Amino acid sequence: MITHEKRNALDTGQRLPVRIHAKRSSMLGHLLKHKVLLLMLLPGVIFLLINNYLPMFGIIIAFKNINYVDGILGSPWVGMDNFKFLFATSDAWIITRNTVLYNFVFIILNLVIAVSIAIALNELKNKLAAKFYQSIMFFPYFLSMVVVSYLVFAFLNVEYGFMNKGILAMFGLNELNWYSEPKYWPFILPLINLWKGVGYGCVIYLAAIIGIDNEYYEAALIDGAGKWKQILHITIPLIRPVIIITTILAIGGIFRSDFGLFYQTTLNSGALYPTTLVIDTYVYNALINMGNLGMSAAAGLYQSIVGFFLVLGSNWIVRKVDKDQAVF
Amino acid sequence: MTNNEISRPTNVILHIIFIILSITCLLPIVLVFMISITDYDSIVLNGYQFFPEKFSLEAYAYIFKDYTVIVKAYGVSFFVTIAGTLLSVFISSLYAYPLSRTDFRYRGFFAFLIFFTMLFGGGLVPWYMVYTQVLDLKNSIWSLVIPMLLSPFNVLIMKTYFQMSVPPALIEASKIDGAGELRTFFQIVFPLSLPVFATIGLFNTLHYWNDWFNSMIFITDTDLYSLQYLMYKMISQADYLSRNGALIQGSATELAKLPGETIRMAMALIGIGPIVLAYPFFQRYFIKGLTLGSIKG
Repeated sequence: MITHEKRNALDTGQRLPVRIHAKRSSMLGHLLKHKVLLLMLLPGVIFLLINNYLPMFGIIIAFKNINYVDGILGSPWVGMDNFKFLFATSDAWIITRNTVLYNFVFIILNLVIAVSIAIALNELKNKLAAKFYQSIMFFPYFLSMVVVSYLVFAFLNVEYGFMNKGILAMFGLNELNWYSEPKYWPFILPLINLWKGVGYGCVIYLAAIIGIDNEYYEAALIDGAGKWKQILHITIPLIRPVIIITTILAIGGIFRSDFGLFYQTTLNSGALYPTTLVIDTYVYNALINMGNLGMSAAAGLYQSIVGFFLVLGSNWIVRKVDKDQAVF
Repeated sequence: MTNNEISRPTNVILHIIFIILSITCLLPIVLVFMISITDYDSIVLNGYQFFPEKFSLEAYAYIFKDYTVIVKAYGVSFFVTIAGTLLSVFISSLYAYPLSRTDFRYRGFFAFLIFFTMLFGGGLVPWYMVYTQVLDLKNSIWSLVIPMLLSPFNVLIMKTYFQMSVPPALIEASKIDGAGELRTFFQIVFPLSLPVFATIGLFNTLHYWNDWFNSMIFITDTDLYSLQYLMYKMISQADYLSRNGALIQGSATELAKLPGETIRMAMALIGIGPIVLAYPFFQRYFIKGLTLGSIKG
């Protein structure tokens, strides 16, 4: 591998005598030589400083009792009081449990179903039909969570919803107050999430399956392996890297959740909080509806710090499995 | 060679399963459509149905009687989507290109600057305060564009693509010919990387069009409601219609007879409309783009 110094020397020495001063290869000289590249980076750098780095200083809010008279800097420090409050209530435990458990269920459910569908799609004889099915199953992915909340509402509306008026009435069952019965949502939310996301997973896994060399299957066929054996011993092992990477990355994000799913489809119904409140919706509600800045910031910081170690950890594992797939 | 295809019965069973799955994916939208064309009295009597007793286009007639609210919301959504997509693709590619240049010694620092944001953030509260108090963007249309301008994932995909598809020798050659960095980028790198520009453009279009979160926290001015946010408002406040003076000119007695349920669902369909129309084109390139992003190094 040629070093930068050598390459610069080659550049300047051989054909660009004008740039001879860059030979010093000092930091300033290098930056001057690449001033246009720096200029290209500038809009992005400004964005990152404002959108990402400036708010990082705001984590001090979590350690203060903010009031609007004194402002952020002038408000009194309260040490860990906001965190003590947060963890003294049952809220901290509930939102952590909900966030982690839902993500866990989503990861497993979406993985198993998406891989199964991708394998089955690949086996269909009529490739045109397979493409058609794939396109239709991908459609829900393109809808916003607001639209999804309408679709869910059409089924679960208490007065007129299809579940109450159509299905439950057909079986002679009592109507249910879906938006105030927390016990059904651990089943409803994974279903909605699966419905919306399975097509996406399917695209990723199908691409991996199509990439498998056909010779493996031909060899297996000569050895007398049936379809099941081929799927178990060729298809799944060969798409395992993709499965492992997507799963580990998803585990890295297990402390974050799809805000729209938990906020929109539940219509942010307070009665459902025991089974639907997650860290992201808690932070939002504490900020907007309760106006409790300190508590909201504390919960946000708690999520950021645990999330930080989860992402680093999962990236470390990805690096062990397949160096090329690691982000860092 | 022996035949490695699945047997005929298996094939038929798989088709049946896929037809059921496909129907499941579309059924909720069909239900919403049917509700939107159901007669209001029929809903009060039987609830939402796939096959209503009596049809009525009253909801659509009602919405289009005074369409200024919807046209305004469409306008906001289109502006935000177009401006956001163009700007974000531009800024992302400008950031990704220097990172792809191995002769740029400080690319490690700038890569860290953006990828660190995937690891750690200040959280919603400080972020919200920066936008509302430092930038003073509350109730500004730019508060819907700026927050989503740069994403580390997009930069990562673009950087990888530049590295794969643009040979460094070509950049060298262009420089020898006397082209500056900007000219090299726009006349050599850009034409060679069109697929990745298209992919990121599509990702961002969808992202901007479907966004409602930024409206929810930054916008209170009804003139700046995007389509998604208008829909959110309509479902979160069942009585939004009756409170929105711009949409309703009728008297109180007329309000009582308002077919609110069907109007809401008709509104949802009007909101889904552009996605359905763009879908055939969209999904084909989207699938291509997704597989493009997954092939690395």
